Amino acid sequence: MSLSSKKDAQRVSLGDSLLVETACAKLAARNVNVFYGEKHAIKDVTLDINCNEVTALIGPSGCGKSTFLRCLNRMNDTIDTCRVTGTITLDGENIYASKVDSVYLRTRVGMVFQKPNPFPKSIFENVAYGPRIHGLTSSRSELESVVLTSLERAGLLEEVRDRLHASGISLSGGQQQRLCIARAIAVSPEVILMDEPCSALDPIATAKIEELIDELQHNFTIVIVTHSMQQAARVSQRTAFFHLGELVECGGTEQIFTNPVNRLTQGYITGRFG
Amino acid sequence: MNSRIPPTPLPSLSIQSTQCLRARIRRRHVAERRFRFYGFSAMVLTLAVLVLVFSFILSKSYTAFQENVLSLRIAIDSAMIDSKGNPLTADYRELIQKAVAGLFPAVTDRHDRHLLFSLISEGAPYALRALVTRQRQQAKRDGNIIVDVLLSDEADQFLKGHITAHVSEKERKIKDLQVTWLKELQARGLIHSRFNITLFTAGDSREPELAGILGAVTGSFYLVIVTLGLSFPVGVASAVYLEEFAPRNRLTDMIEVNINNLAAVPSVVFGLLGLAVFLNGLSFPRSAPLVGGFVLSLLILPTIILAARAALKAVPLSIREAALGIGASKMQSILHHVLPLAMPGIMTGTILGLAHALGESAPLLMIGMVAFVVDTPVTLLDPATVLPVQIYLWADSPERAFLEKTAAAIVVLLGFLIAMNTIAIMVRIKFERRW
Repeated sequence: MSLSSKKDAQRVSLGDSLLVETACAKLAARNVNVFYGEKHAIKDVTLDINCNEVTALIGPSGCGKSTFLRCLNRMNDTIDTCRVTGTITLDGENIYASKVDSVYLRTRVGMVFQKPNPFPKSIFENVAYGPRIHGLTSSRSELESVVLTSLERAGLLEEVRDRLHASGISLSGGQQQRLCIARAIAVSPEVILMDEPCSALDPIATAKIEELIDELQHNFTIVIVTHSMQQAARVSQRTAFFHLGELVECGGTEQIFTNPVNRLTQGYITGRFG
Repeated sequence: MNSRIPPTPLPSLSIQSTQCLRARIRRRHVAERRFRFYGFSAMVLTLAVLVLVFSFILSKSYTAFQENVLSLRIAIDSAMIDSKGNPLTADYRELIQKAVAGLFPAVTDRHDRHLLFSLISEGAPYALRALVTRQRQQAKRDGNIIVDVLLSDEADQFLKGHITAHVSEKERKIKDLQVTWLKELQARGLIHSRFNITLFTAGDSREPELAGILGAVTGSFYLVIVTLGLSFPVGVASAVYLEEFAPRNRLTDMIEVNINNLAAVPSVVFGLLGLAVFLNGLSFPRSAPLVGGFVLSLLILPTIILAARAALKAVPLSIREAALGIGASKMQSILHHVLPLAMPGIMTGTILGLAHALGESAPLLMIGMVAFVVDTPVTLLDPATVLPVQIYLWADSPERAFLEKTAAAIVVLLGFLIAMNTIAIMVRIKFERRW
């Protein structure tokens, strides 16, 4: 079964990339395997992520979608036992090459986490931290304008304009998550990875984040891991379905949700398992 | 599927078993009350012991915070002060004795005069000299000076009621004649009691009325500074390495176990180690606060490392990921985020460790800090003693007056310890976890 599904996946992904040949592949994963000690967490995944598109990674819990996402900016490096094989290229350059600095990579591939994790500092300091450590601005006024622009693009500025120096922790969950998005885009990354960004939020806050993702996709390439199939259907242009560490199927979101090729995919999106 | 299985009916309870159940519940409540009572009485016992200790120490010590002085009018000979107004050497002892004898002209017998003079502290001539030096212009103009001289420890103890006249004369240090003189001096209003300045401004002395804790407090202060300066950076750096960088393997497990072992080593062993390494091996001077600080650093290093590791561990992974996720290096994430958030915990542990070091005496005995040191140490290499050792030395002294001094030194030490613990608690409350 695993063999046939792999074939399916490759066929679909190849077919699909032919369909959208106008879009460039921002990130390209080729035969990626991830091991946690003895555990084989990701099995031979090959996947393209297109420029200025939202790609959703879906699948049941423990299928490896978060692990795969964390490979894209080498966040897995922080785990001692984790080993990655295969290649992932960003604009054609292998990010796992020895000369690539993972710290620099993460300024190009930003990340938003499952649980909102603002620093216990002021709202301003939260957003200013990235530009500051990378020396992106040369003056205080320039830094301020970067912070304000980032907050505005994250749709948070109107709510916090008069309390920029209040603690980031004092915001509501949804606001905290938008603050984290503002913090991520303040260093002008090219790709934003989102690991279940709405799983800790209520429906209204979720709707706001989804709206924001729609806005952001014009300027950024976005990869989002989500448990909610409705969310994947609403925000993404392409969807990849993972199961037990394998990429089962990948294609246009509409095609995946209306006419999945693989019966595992069909089973999952119709709620028969997962 | 489950719904298809008919539910097993519960066995109906007979009246007997209901009673059984009630009795069981009652027993359970009684047991719970008993359990609670045990805990409560244990707490009361602890508090009672604490109150007992404090009231005992305070009742023994409060008289030590007063000292009795005798006002003497001393005639100043112009020959004692030169034309430029500088005091010259003079026999200040004789001046004091002349003044005291002048108060009781009837005492002429050699032995009696000796008894009379022994009411005055040995330190009186020095106090007089200091006063004359300070107020020479005025003394020259007036031709005399009034000086408050300390009474000897025995006279002081008598006035404080620690030596009573009920005991037969042979068995007490203060004789009947001296008692009548003291009473007369009191009646004339020449003796008055004041706050014991000497206790806080003098070093140790063989004469109890001249002994103070300034030397020991200074020694303790130097020791704590050296200990802090050494153990804090080393402790925090090793905790950061172990917690953030070290790979998890058998070697780091072993290091962890051994740090815990180090915390369990008896403190006197650290003292012997200090003696062997710092004094014999590296030829550091004996009784020096620097060496004491080295030894106490070894002693509290495990405490600081353990506290710092616990504090670092308590900083959530999400904060580290947030920093790494926007391209901070590992060092930046630690220095900018993890360490500041862990700092209250680290500081609390450090302060508690230092309080431990401040109260420690056994290892310091081994490196010679038990010496009789009169001078207040100025540098870290001067011979010094510390408060706990001073307490130990005074408690060992035969003079009655050292008893209250011992208690007073204990009160001062406890004051420092309580202050440090309070600061530790305040730090903890002020920087309660912020995420």
